[in-house]
Amino acid sequence: MARRFCVQSCPFIVPEIIWNLKSIIIEYLCNLNLVRRRKMGGKRTPLYGIYQKYQGKVIDYSGWELPVQFTGITSEHLAVRQAAGLFDVSHMGEITVSGNDAEGFLQYILTNDVTAMNDNDVIYSFMCYENGGVVDDLLAYKYDKTAFLLVVNASNTVKDYDWLVKHASGYDVEISDISHQTAELALQGPKAEEILQKLTDQDLNSVGFFQFRDNVDVQGIACLISRTGYTGEDGFEIYTDNELAIKLWELLMDAGQDLGLKAAGLGSRDTLRFEAALPLYGQELTEQITPLEAGLGYFVKLDKDFIGKNALVQQKKAGLKRKLVGFELLEKGIARHEYQVVNQENEDIGWVTTGYKAPSVGKSIGLALVNIDYSKRGTIVFIRVRKKLVKAKVISKKFYSKNYKKI
Amino acid sequence: MIIMENCLYTKEHEWVRVDLDTVLIGITDYAQHAMGEIVYVELPEDDAAYEQGEVFGVVESVKAASDIYMPLSGTVIKVNTELEDDPGLINSDPYQNWIVGVKLNDSKQLDGLMNAVEYEQFCNSIDSN
Repeated sequence: MARRFCVQSCPFIVPEIIWNLKSIIIEYLCNLNLVRRRKMGGKRTPLYGIYQKYQGKVIDYSGWELPVQFTGITSEHLAVRQAAGLFDVSHMGEITVSGNDAEGFLQYILTNDVTAMNDNDVIYSFMCYENGGVVDDLLAYKYDKTAFLLVVNASNTVKDYDWLVKHASGYDVEISDISHQTAELALQGPKAEEILQKLTDQDLNSVGFFQFRDNVDVQGIACLISRTGYTGEDGFEIYTDNELAIKLWELLMDAGQDLGLKAAGLGSRDTLRFEAALPLYGQELTEQITPLEAGLGYFVKLDKDFIGKNALVQQKKAGLKRKLVGFELLEKGIARHEYQVVNQENEDIGWVTTGYKAPSVGKSIGLALVNIDYSKRGTIVFIRVRKKLVKAKVISKKFYSKNYKKI
Repeated sequence: MIIMENCLYTKEHEWVRVDLDTVLIGITDYAQHAMGEIVYVELPEDDAAYEQGEVFGVVESVKAASDIYMPLSGTVIKVNTELEDDPGLINSDPYQNWIVGVKLNDSKQLDGLMNAVEYEQFCNSIDSN
């Protein structure tokens, strides 16, 4: 009986996706929180039902069943650089912080300065432990002084929520994890504005880099739209309710059809963010790596009070012992996450945090956390690639020049 | 998925094709499809000797590196160096673009490999799991 009810009331069963009825029904039940765990043991986003239509290849990613690619990592990567790509990033966590003390509370929790934000601004920030290690990196959206939205890494959502709640005593704030009802699509690339503008009367040109608009009407779908992303290109991140996610995806895909828009997966999301030297939590940032070591001190305001400040002030004063650097392999091979970095004497000096044969840069490059003595550009180091040592040179992390919208 | 009648197969998705007194070895269509775009192939040296089951090379896609295992004991007598400059050849035709030619120590080891029908069943059994 319950299932029949679902079939009749499910809003996104239309003839062209009828073939995928079963997964749509399961998806619907999941959205109602009636079904949570699946065959692969993973969680699914509200867009799971459309992956197959676009030839998505699903993998397990931190407990989520997500598409690593649709047509191919390289072609999706290049589509984002040259035209546009659409990513399902609904696995990301969304936590709201509201109340009279919301601004003061986040000023104390986050490393960046939320008091310097205007309403409708977005900032990138860290939450740090007392020792300066990173709880998570996130985007903070400011509606006004009393209402913020934090967008956090999927695998850290529970940890972040607990961390916020733990430190909220004495503040007049309400903290809610709304991840389970929120879908997020990332429309990225030079054609992103043109595609999205076809679907809304909101003047997108007026939305500057790292600004957002709430309650934007996208063909009848109420969305929060921000000019943000994780690719090094211009683009938007679009949030809506779960049940409207597939409709929104299909509207965007149709609008972008003539402009080279491609469905894009986690594989190209990672190669794109890597080329733009944007950090990934768990690799460039961890509980053991501070934002200063990762070269992201710009997002840490040491002239205000926040959790972890003392440790970071001390680290800065004492001088960094290690630092995140870019490198280029001078011999054949590909450096991967966690490969060891050694010096000429074969002594351990660090490890690779991310490495790829980069699709747009065309070289085999990487990011590595190395002993400060080896962090100067031009320094020769060696990456242990299986049994071989492959020669590499320390280079700037600016592998790729970002193409963000100028304010 | 393409499976060639004239090849023998391993559970690690290598194919073996007898070519006069040597065998050619490559990776199967199933393997290249599972990996996605191949961007680098690490090849062994000429004259290197391997035992059956030993890693003799690596195929890398954008995302990951996968070992290639020697299906049979023997000595490498030729290496497809074309793959160094154009590793994507494996994606476009995995059976034409062999990786190494090997002189076998013991041709009886061929009997232990799967034929095309057996390999197809093997692949189907993985996919249904």
